[in-house]
Amino acid sequence: MKKTEVLTWKIGGIAGGGQQVAGLIFAKACARGGLYTFDSSEYPSLIRGGLVTYRLSISSQPLSAIYRSTNLLIALTQEALDHCVPDVISGGAIIVNSDTCNVKTSGLKGRTVWPISVKELTAQANVPALANNMIMIGMTTALFRYDIMLIRETIKEIFQGKDEKVIADNIRAAEFGYEYARKNFKAEVFPYHLPSSRRAGAKVLVTANDTVSLGAVASGCKFFVAYPMTPATSILHNLMGWSERSGMMVIQPEDEIAAIHMAIGASYTGVRAMTATSGGGFALMNEGLALAAMTETPLVIVEGQRPGPATGLPTWTEQGDLAYLARAGHGEFPRVILAPGDAAEAYPLTGLAFNLADRFQIPVFILLDKYLSEAHQSHQPFTDHFHIDRGDLLTDQQLLKLKEYKRYLITKTGISSRTIPGQMDGLHLANSDEHDEAGYTIEGFSPELRTKMVAKRLQKLPYLLPELPKPKLYGPKNAQLTLLGWGSTKGPVLEALKELTDVNYFHVTAPWPLSQPIMTKALSGCKKIIAVENNATGQFAQLLKGQTGIAVDDYWLKHDGAQFYPEEILAKATATGASKK
Amino acid sequence: MTDIKPTWCPGCGNFGMWTALTQALSELGLEPFEVAMVFDIGCNGNGANWHRLYGFHSLHGRTLPVATAIKLANHGLTVLASSGDGGGYGEGGNHFLHACRRNADLTYIVHNNERYSLTTGQTSPTTKIGQKTKTAIQGSQEYPLNGLQIALTAGATFVARGFADEVSHLKDLYKQAIKHSGFAVVEVLQPCVVFFDQKNIRDTYRSKIYKLEQSWPVMDRLTAYKKAGETERLPIGVFFKEERPTFESQQPTIQKVPLARQTIGKINLQPFLKEFR
Repeated sequence: MKKTEVLTWKIGGIAGGGQQVAGLIFAKACARGGLYTFDSSEYPSLIRGGLVTYRLSISSQPLSAIYRSTNLLIALTQEALDHCVPDVISGGAIIVNSDTCNVKTSGLKGRTVWPISVKELTAQANVPALANNMIMIGMTTALFRYDIMLIRETIKEIFQGKDEKVIADNIRAAEFGYEYARKNFKAEVFPYHLPSSRRAGAKVLVTANDTVSLGAVASGCKFFVAYPMTPATSILHNLMGWSERSGMMVIQPEDEIAAIHMAIGASYTGVRAMTATSGGGFALMNEGLALAAMTETPLVIVEGQRPGPATGLPTWTEQGDLAYLARAGHGEFPRVILAPGDAAEAYPLTGLAFNLADRFQIPVFILLDKYLSEAHQSHQPFTDHFHIDRGDLLTDQQLLKLKEYKRYLITKTGISSRTIPGQMDGLHLANSDEHDEAGYTIEGFSPELRTKMVAKRLQKLPYLLPELPKPKLYGPKNAQLTLLGWGSTKGPVLEALKELTDVNYFHVTAPWPLSQPIMTKALSGCKKIIAVENNATGQFAQLLKGQTGIAVDDYWLKHDGAQFYPEEILAKATATGASKK
Repeated sequence: MTDIKPTWCPGCGNFGMWTALTQALSELGLEPFEVAMVFDIGCNGNGANWHRLYGFHSLHGRTLPVATAIKLANHGLTVLASSGDGGGYGEGGNHFLHACRRNADLTYIVHNNERYSLTTGQTSPTTKIGQKTKTAIQGSQEYPLNGLQIALTAGATFVARGFADEVSHLKDLYKQAIKHSGFAVVEVLQPCVVFFDQKNIRDTYRSKIYKLEQSWPVMDRLTAYKKAGETERLPIGVFFKEERPTFESQQPTIQKVPLARQTIGKINLQPFLKEFR
């Protein structure tokens, strides 16, 4: 394997067939051997049957995206074969399940094809059908000349605590596949090899949902409430599973409306609270967003985007909800949107989300998408402790010294001190009606007060903006071409940048609110700016224009349900005149 | 009470209910800072401004999720929620069903005046068939919901009905509901003197209501269900009561200290990271 080389492996079969579990075992074995991995699953919204793929890119260098060009494909069904063959590079190889696939009819020129009968091999290996994916992992290991011992160790560790027979079956299946491939496949026609290093440090394979979950624990979030919805659901699974150890209360309520209102109720008592959903679930939460804003209750909301409108493509990806979240909720009030570009960024940004929500008493979004939420990325373990800032919460002693407590006291920063129920001198009304400084309802007959209270809430903005992460530049300071993106477009763009000269990338992790001076300073010297967004209308570029007047020169947009691949960015860049290294 | 002057109409049933609640809280020895109350939108919700306690004036139909979470996060508090027949059975109907089966220790007061009064008298989920309103000009064609029967079916552990003008009786119901460990529903028949077009609504109610006798078998859900279905005459009192573990008592994270009193300490992520290796 060349130093910068990326190898991609893909397996396609039917839902419920266990390819994702097997693929993740191979990914973990790669990480244990010192390699970097990035995976991606494609699956339909059903439980059993239908086409499912698992794709894994592997490199000896840090890797930030999944690649399309596939070196080795395992096609377990005709549908998988037909769908995945175009991705297999010339010189690549395909292992085809002859039980179900018609090998002859496919256009497989330039690729080596090894037909196998999964049924027969499963019988020969004497393993249950459930373990047959491990035969494919064994074959993959042999073809990549990878270390079968690492596979064996990984299976043992992953299945630790399970029935000994399950572990033995899986290991036997992998070893059978390994030996079978060494004996029956002409390995010299497949030149792609994975090196392994036993000195590798312990990596973790995490999705952004995982790192948000870890970040919530590390932030001292004590109350998590969510209604299941792809792709946010694994946050609920993680936090529920950890609840007893983490001390976080985790609730699944009747609907998303209840979820956001419960999070608000918990936060009102002074507890850090979070909810998570996707765009459709957040549509139900809209009124709650406005309630949090009006009552100035801190709130963290995770929104994992998937293509809409309506049910859309439930198990696919898009960056289609940014403009919606920037304007969601009736009325005018500040909110923050943090959009991590990868699992690693999601961890500290979750810590920041809780601090900002508490300090400014506003709703803060962590905006993910299906790609980030479900792609496992190899990373050094996250151990950072967060600085925790609960904002202006009055103690009983401070309250005693106050002549009069006003929950919505108008201050220079717009931020008023909070008290929580149970504090003897902190009585107040948290009010969804427009209210005076004490919290009591006012009417339009008090136009001056209404104007002041709107201004009070919006007054937080100038104090908030400097606290947000600034756009980060990747690549040379000066370049002919500047790519501008937010959230998950970071990974594929950075991979493409490895191959390009004279192209740089501005990555925005806080796409809302936008500061005109900060954005102008960042982008002023750029010769040609191209917005790279996983949506149909260039939502960030539109917000940027509206908030700062900065107009991009062009758009590279994609909205077919998949994320960008590095190859696509590379092709667009070269077509625009950029040169390869 | 706070410094705010009530804005309810003269003769509104809310005055009696407010008096009953204030007396109940006082007789139970609860200090205002120990009580959190979540209000809906409507005439009852406007009362948030003159109830002196930790108030949360929520959105229409959204009292129960907020109140449930307040209880979960700080179970040392006495938590009440108050809504009308619109917020309680219409906009917030789903939350009502699930609050009944969840059984968090809340007292839920539903003001039933069979109308949307603050919005000037439209049909509500409890409006009787044939009743003409601004939004049912031919007379309501939809069968009215019976909140008590829904509560009983969905698993509420305390179900009672009061009458806004029977202040002392209502105060006693409130006290029992607050003391009950679990989700307690108190529906209150509330005369709206403005939008209930029957002239002598108070007298009509008075002629129809009667108190459940002392010997009423409160442990029998099915008998309570039948009783709650009476329409010719209207029984008031505690229809049903049972003990069932509360939702919060089963939360492993608050066995020692309420969430709101737990501090954020140094957190070791290592045990959570293990599964990602």
